[in-house]
Amino acid sequence: MNSPLLQVTDLAKHYPVAGGRTLRAVNGVSFTLRAGEVLGVVGESGSGKTTLGRVVLRLTPPSAGEIVFRGQDVTHLSRRALRKVRRHMQLVFQDPYASLNPRMSVEQILAIPLQVHEPSLGRADRRSRIEEMLRTVGLFAEAADRYPHEFSGGQRQRIGIARALICRPELLVADEPVSALDVSVQAQVVNLLLDLRERLGLSILFIAHDIAVVGMISDRIAVMYLGRVVEIADTLSLFNRPRHPYTEALFSAVPDLGGRRDRILLQGDVPSPVSPPSGCPFRTRCRYAEPDCAVEVPSLVERSPGHLAACHRPELVLASPLSDVAPLPRLR
Amino acid sequence: MSAVAPSAADLPPPVLAAPSAARRPALRRFMRHRLAMFGLVAIIVLVVACALGPYLSPYGPLTIDLRHRFQPPFEGRHWLGSDQLGRDLLVRLLLAGRISLTVGFAAMGLSTAVGVVIGLVAGFYGGWVGTALMRFVDAVLSFPAIFLLLTLAALVSPGVLTITLIVALTAWMEVARVVEGQVRSLRERDFAIAAEAIGVSDAHLMLRELLPNIMAPIVVAATLNVARAILLESYASYLGYGIQPPTPSWGNMLNNAQEYLTSAPWLAIFPGAVITLAVTGFNFLGDGLRDALDPRLDVHR
Amino acid sequence: MTDVLMVEDLAVRFRGESGVVDAVEGVSFRLREGETLAIVGESSSGKSVTALALMRLLGGPPNCVVRGRATFMRQDGEALALLSLPETRMASVRGRDVGMIFQEPMTSLNPVHRIGAQIVEGLLAHERLSPRAAEKRAVALLDHVGIPEPALRARAFPHQLSGGMRQRAMIAMALACRPRVLIADEPTTALDVTIQAQILELIRALQHETGMSVIFITHNLGVVAEVADRVLVMYAGQVVEDAPVDVLLHLPQMPYSAGLIGSVPRLDDVRRRGGRLAAIPGNVPDPNTRPAGCTFHPRCAHARPDPCETARPALEYVSDGHTVRCARWREITV
Repeated sequence: MNSPLLQVTDLAKHYPVAGGRTLRAVNGVSFTLRAGEVLGVVGESGSGKTTLGRVVLRLTPPSAGEIVFRGQDVTHLSRRALRKVRRHMQLVFQDPYASLNPRMSVEQILAIPLQVHEPSLGRADRRSRIEEMLRTVGLFAEAADRYPHEFSGGQRQRIGIARALICRPELLVADEPVSALDVSVQAQVVNLLLDLRERLGLSILFIAHDIAVVGMISDRIAVMYLGRVVEIADTLSLFNRPRHPYTEALFSAVPDLGGRRDRILLQGDVPSPVSPPSGCPFRTRCRYAEPDCAVEVPSLVERSPGHLAACHRPELVLASPLSDVAPLPRLR
Repeated sequence: MSAVAPSAADLPPPVLAAPSAARRPALRRFMRHRLAMFGLVAIIVLVVACALGPYLSPYGPLTIDLRHRFQPPFEGRHWLGSDQLGRDLLVRLLLAGRISLTVGFAAMGLSTAVGVVIGLVAGFYGGWVGTALMRFVDAVLSFPAIFLLLTLAALVSPGVLTITLIVALTAWMEVARVVEGQVRSLRERDFAIAAEAIGVSDAHLMLRELLPNIMAPIVVAATLNVARAILLESYASYLGYGIQPPTPSWGNMLNNAQEYLTSAPWLAIFPGAVITLAVTGFNFLGDGLRDALDPRLDVHR
Repeated sequence: MTDVLMVEDLAVRFRGESGVVDAVEGVSFRLREGETLAIVGESSSGKSVTALALMRLLGGPPNCVVRGRATFMRQDGEALALLSLPETRMASVRGRDVGMIFQEPMTSLNPVHRIGAQIVEGLLAHERLSPRAAEKRAVALLDHVGIPEPALRARAFPHQLSGGMRQRAMIAMALACRPRVLIADEPTTALDVTIQAQILELIRALQHETGMSVIFITHNLGVVAEVADRVLVMYAGQVVEDAPVDVLLHLPQMPYSAGLIGSVPRLDDVRRRGGRLAAIPGNVPDPNTRPAGCTFHPRCAHARPDPCETARPALEYVSDGHTVRCARWREITV
């Protein structure tokens, strides 16, 4: 089957804000996700990446655009029709302390997806599926009888992953799944996701702000800024040669154990999504900005096979964060 | 399918407590709250006394004994004295207690149920449904409770059932407000969104995910509601709109005692004292529950 | 290079509903002039409690008992015993000799006071200035930390500024009286990575300019690599390794330090996709139930029943300026 698992076209989500203005959290995003692929979505606050995740899962209706999932247009499906689709797309949350109902035991929490989507399962079968899932995510089967507050952050995150995967969805949307965890535990959960992706052939939309983590786990990466995708490419291609000044700055800002590199410091703050700059949204902080950048919003254009960037200055040669890539001569 | 091998350190240390370990610290906090414990004891004593006491008394509530009118308390055969018709005050007080407490609990149950339902629906659906419902709640709240009570009472024939209904009708709004606020905020929490993402029905979301997490404020509101209900019933009966004599109720006993305030003050003091005891008992209990169940004090990390 | 702060055997014990917790045990270190010392650790490592204890910002007995010695050398040579100073004296140390900035500026800035007013308040408390002069200084400080339109922003309330701006304002407040030491407790954790880069650069520039020493508390090893001269690694309330930054990152001797370094994804790791991070198994122990012997042994691949499970290891000397708390450090290669 060659058609993509998920196809998102010109997706937008607007919120009306006091004063008659609009907050364009997601402003015309398009991408495809194939079966078994991991697409990383990276961006800072105001980028719209979290909203994107929620809209793709139809947890909130889009303001414009189209979502085609498993060949079916789900953009305007009613809540009741969506329930059947939900089995195939699930979500893992950022905050392990808020994502599990504190009043339910782990078994009860994990039973709910089964009760909704596989109601014919008997109690014993349900229990064995739950135990199997707990073992798969690296917990003991007896965990089913405990309550969330008895577990650490990393363990709760595993339970959240178990809940998301118990009905064997094809798409997993992971919204900052490791950023609230201790460093040593982050690595465990990242490894777990990598294992599960290999074993279950899962497709993952991996939303995060940490580009190093995203780089490890993703096949392709989309970089978002102020509600738009400014660059999208295969991971290696993105790291070898970023084509958008924001991506370059993002790489440069990451404090990396590889040592101190030349820093590109962006000036100023992220503009508010309520009143983005005219033309290219990044131009106010871009060191390569020219007057023409204020005129028109750049669209995503292919710069090399599979590598698209939205920048009015395709001739720019930008620095790669990889230590063994020799810097190319810069054009001014 | 082989599992990812968990290391022994993945398992949390064996927890000896049953799943209600979450409630343990709350129970301890509650028991340390002296006023709450006092309230609890007072209520238990009252309930037991009103339930069983009349069976132990040689007098009936309506037994008229004109030879022993206006007996003062603690002196003779009537432990708390007798009224203008020679009826034993203690037994009347306890029986009145049965009625007042019954009305109190029943009205609480009814008002809590109504309030929870309306609060849940308003908080969950929001939008114009929620707004309309909450504005309605506000409108009813803007009537002073006594006024509302008396208006309704004047329209129906008085009795235990009607007074229960009427008291309930004036008490559900607070519960609805509390529930609506809690539901509105909990609705956006990750675990509720997670349930929605799984595709559960609205009923499941409201009843199985959200409601169990707001039991604490509901319990507190319900407890305080009992106090309020007892007080309201007493007002109504005192003013002549509630329980009608000769059936004793703490309120109408007070009414009855008005004429004899200087000559037989005990006829007013005891009903008044017992109303105060019941109301403050429930209030203290409610305060204690509120402090004990405060989720901010639960450190679960 | 003079020592600015000497801490010996700092210990903090909390008494709570569930019993007694030793949040910090036996912490000792020296901070030199102009140096940046990073204290790195995960949750319940005690890193923040250490800083709060030094600043005497924790509650008093019986709920919180602080033991040990902390000596601060003022510019004029006076030595202050921080933990035993009377509170009035300590209040003048805070803000004047030692500045502190926190993770979440929203909670450490008073939301109902304007930014400028809060800086002025600090200035007036510690220096002899007229209110007008203090106001001018405040605006100059805001400008110095890179806040555009500082005169305008001085009149703003905290919620009207972005996260990065608030953090700059907090830095301005902390540095208003030119302290000798700046304690920064996770100052960039809540910020976007591009803003974090700006703030780290700002702190570095200010440090070069004033020669102040910085204690930088963080859980982010990348930030440690960027800013630190020396690193203190803390685990479960104890210092487990103390070394210069390059030595720690390339030649750690404590399995926990090595594990921590191995579990951080690097940008270069993108090449080994398909590979896994070297994760440390298990979880950080709950402060109430710390393991006997070495607190790290349940998670340590090199642990042996003797001595790791029985004896608490002491800090041992590895080389100049490098100590480690591991009984087996000589035998193992991490």
